[in-house]
Amino acid sequence: MATPATFRIWRGNSAGGGFQDYSAAVEEGMVVLDAVHHIQAQQAPDLAVRWNCKAGKCGSCSAEINGMPKLMCMTRLSDIDLNEPVTIEPMHTFPVIRDLVTDVSWNFKAKKTIKQFKPRPPDAPDGTWRVQQADVERVQEFRKCIECFLCQDVCHVLREHHKQDEFIGPRLLVHAAALEMHPLDAEDRVSDLRRLHNIGYCNITTCCRQVCPESITITENAIIPLKERVVDRYFDPLKRLFRIL
Amino acid sequence: MPEFQRFSYDVLVIGAGGAGLRAAIEAAANGVTVGVVCKSLLGKAHTVMAEGGIAAALANVDDRDNWRVHFADTMRGGQYLNNWRMAELHAKEAPECVRELEAWGALFDRTKDGKILQRNFGGHKYPRLAHVGDRTGLEMIRTLQDHGIHAGMEVHMECTVLSLLLDGNRIAGACGYDREKGRFYVWQAKAVVLATGGIGRAFKITSNSWEYTGDGLALAYRAGAELQDMEFVQFHPTGMVWPISVRGILVTEGVRGEGGVLRNKEGRRFMFDDIPELYKEQTADSEDEGWRYTQGDKAARRPPELLTRDHVARCINREVKAGRGSPHGGVFLDISWIKERLPKSEEHIKRKLPSMYHQFKQLADLDITKEPMEVGPTTHYMMGGVRLDGDSQASTIPGLFAAGEVAAGLHGANRLGGNSLSDLLVFGRRAGRYAAAFAKANGQVGVDETGLQTAAEAALAPFERGSSAENPYQVQYDLQEAMQNLVGIVRTESEMEQALEVIGQLRVRAERVGVGGNCEYNNGWHTAIDLGNLLIVSEAVTRAALLRKESRGAQFREDFPGKDAEWGKHNIIVKRGADGEMHVEKRLLPPMPEELKAVIEEMK
Repeated sequence: MATPATFRIWRGNSAGGGFQDYSAAVEEGMVVLDAVHHIQAQQAPDLAVRWNCKAGKCGSCSAEINGMPKLMCMTRLSDIDLNEPVTIEPMHTFPVIRDLVTDVSWNFKAKKTIKQFKPRPPDAPDGTWRVQQADVERVQEFRKCIECFLCQDVCHVLREHHKQDEFIGPRLLVHAAALEMHPLDAEDRVSDLRRLHNIGYCNITTCCRQVCPESITITENAIIPLKERVVDRYFDPLKRLFRIL
Repeated sequence: MPEFQRFSYDVLVIGAGGAGLRAAIEAAANGVTVGVVCKSLLGKAHTVMAEGGIAAALANVDDRDNWRVHFADTMRGGQYLNNWRMAELHAKEAPECVRELEAWGALFDRTKDGKILQRNFGGHKYPRLAHVGDRTGLEMIRTLQDHGIHAGMEVHMECTVLSLLLDGNRIAGACGYDREKGRFYVWQAKAVVLATGGIGRAFKITSNSWEYTGDGLALAYRAGAELQDMEFVQFHPTGMVWPISVRGILVTEGVRGEGGVLRNKEGRRFMFDDIPELYKEQTADSEDEGWRYTQGDKAARRPPELLTRDHVARCINREVKAGRGSPHGGVFLDISWIKERLPKSEEHIKRKLPSMYHQFKQLADLDITKEPMEVGPTTHYMMGGVRLDGDSQASTIPGLFAAGEVAAGLHGANRLGGNSLSDLLVFGRRAGRYAAAFAKANGQVGVDETGLQTAAEAALAPFERGSSAENPYQVQYDLQEAMQNLVGIVRTESEMEQALEVIGQLRVRAERVGVGGNCEYNNGWHTAIDLGNLLIVSEAVTRAALLRKESRGAQFREDFPGKDAEWGKHNIIVKRGADGEMHVEKRLLPPMPEELKAVIEEMK
């Protein structure tokens, strides 16, 4: 059974733009991205939208749906009130390229500033390592990240304060956590986290964790333990005393 | 006159999935300058969707495994049409490539003694797939991406390549445009590695994203390279069938590897009813034996659900056609039944198959730990591709290399699950190495400026025709519909002749497509440009499938249902003739060395 619904989609580019209404028939099981595709195929062939896997695995189709940052491919229309127009707009934190597509290249540049993985010497003569399953599972959560950048979109430090030059945001803190807690990693990123990446800017409002489509406990499991490492090293009064002595 | 932004590299890699990234890393490590052009953002390529694992005879779980068994399994799965040299190198080098990935930070699930764990998969004699839950592809692409960005390569994201450039008969780079603004680019290069993936978008029901329009195949074909095995398109047996909007999305073979079973609406495990001769010896004859196999009992043989993909897909198709399917036109795939055998089965399923649990819960409102899934075949993988030298991955055009799904050879008539991720690593690495060597050994190339202008003008033509002309999306739909219905799992001469006619008509319509708006991130324009590639690969698939008058591997001909020994000695080659028309011909397989023949005999 198809139900008619209105989709209020932001159209425009870096120079400006506004919402435009489209109507589309909604059928059972459809997600927001399906509606956008229908509109694109039939009414607005030049509507810009970025997508790939359509299964919540690649993290390309991030947008703000009725004001909430979400993946368009995993947002079912049956969970949305279709009596009102459904608004779809690009992520606010990143510069708009066109319509629903934003320029997320900053994330890729910022990632390069994090020291890469450096393994400890191999455990076995054949050059391999021995790792316990429990140690693999501990960091699995961080490695699930699909780089949709929704957490970056809602981070106040980036969204309101525009500290992109000083702060790497939750996604990249999760990346740093995945490396720091990797059972084989021997690199030290604590100093960088404090001075270069300014982890102190995060005041743990947990907005990032709430929008994560992979349900990564970003603040509690990644950011706070990293903050603790920074505090342990630089702000422990006893250690400070020892350093002075 | 459109302007071109210009870049120059020793090696240009087109595509940034597993094969492209691995090739780029290897080329850079060999001391040459490397550019990477990709259609999407970095880390979004289809490799990310790979779920099951990487096939490599590490022998961590079963010490009877070694390269010889893996080689024989791959050849059997490909019905002996494989490039035997590639199958040999792949089996020998895959373990090293997996260990290399671990040294770059990939984390795999572990055995009790801390080694990389391996799981069962269709067609593999022993548990062979290194994996992490059911998101191995993500682990792999992220590892390569994060390693690659520090390896010294320049990445051009969200760019489409329009054509390969030639200097005489040698490759000279590529030209294309970016999505963001529609700016044109020239990437001059002494060597080019194609790593553009497959052709899934030529079909209506597919597990592939919008990107997989056969670009690399069409680019190589237009430049004069030979394609091979184009008739072999893999239909993965288990794609989602409901809701309609998620139709085709992959359900990993790992579900069956973990004990999932296929049933028809009568509740019958129909896979027991049809076990091919080639696999009789290796297949369980009771449900209990099959279950024991999935739980690691070395004395047990594999359940029939883990037969090769071509066979399982056809069996499902048959059940549906016979009216024994599920309500939405598939069959039932049940993993929840293992609660009868395992304590805490719910947690077990969620841990082993987390993204499948998530996918069904979120997209179909279905809890796979409690209910069976509905699944049906989906276009998944292209076994055919650019014809290559097995050692170097060099195509028939000097300086042009290819790796991964766009390459032909390793998989023959049917690919085994898990052999694709290892393919990307083994042959990405080889292609990168040989491309770097080629670039070092050969001098600078020139660019034909008039060719560039022609390519740019042709690309801009849809704007001149405007939005009232033919709709590019509609032409694409019509092509997908035709390929699905006429050149799908079950093929016959009359339908394929009809498909060729439709392709001819669509080619005329594709010439007339128009788009409105401007070059800024215009999806309609991108669709219009991709159409040309889709039409070339669709025609190649159809012509090759018509010529092969037998059923083998992924090709099933209703009018020639049996295998033909004579055809078993030949590959089909597709090439553009001097007249501009598509030519197809059969070509004898190169003779296999005695020692490899002996391995196959020994493993029979």
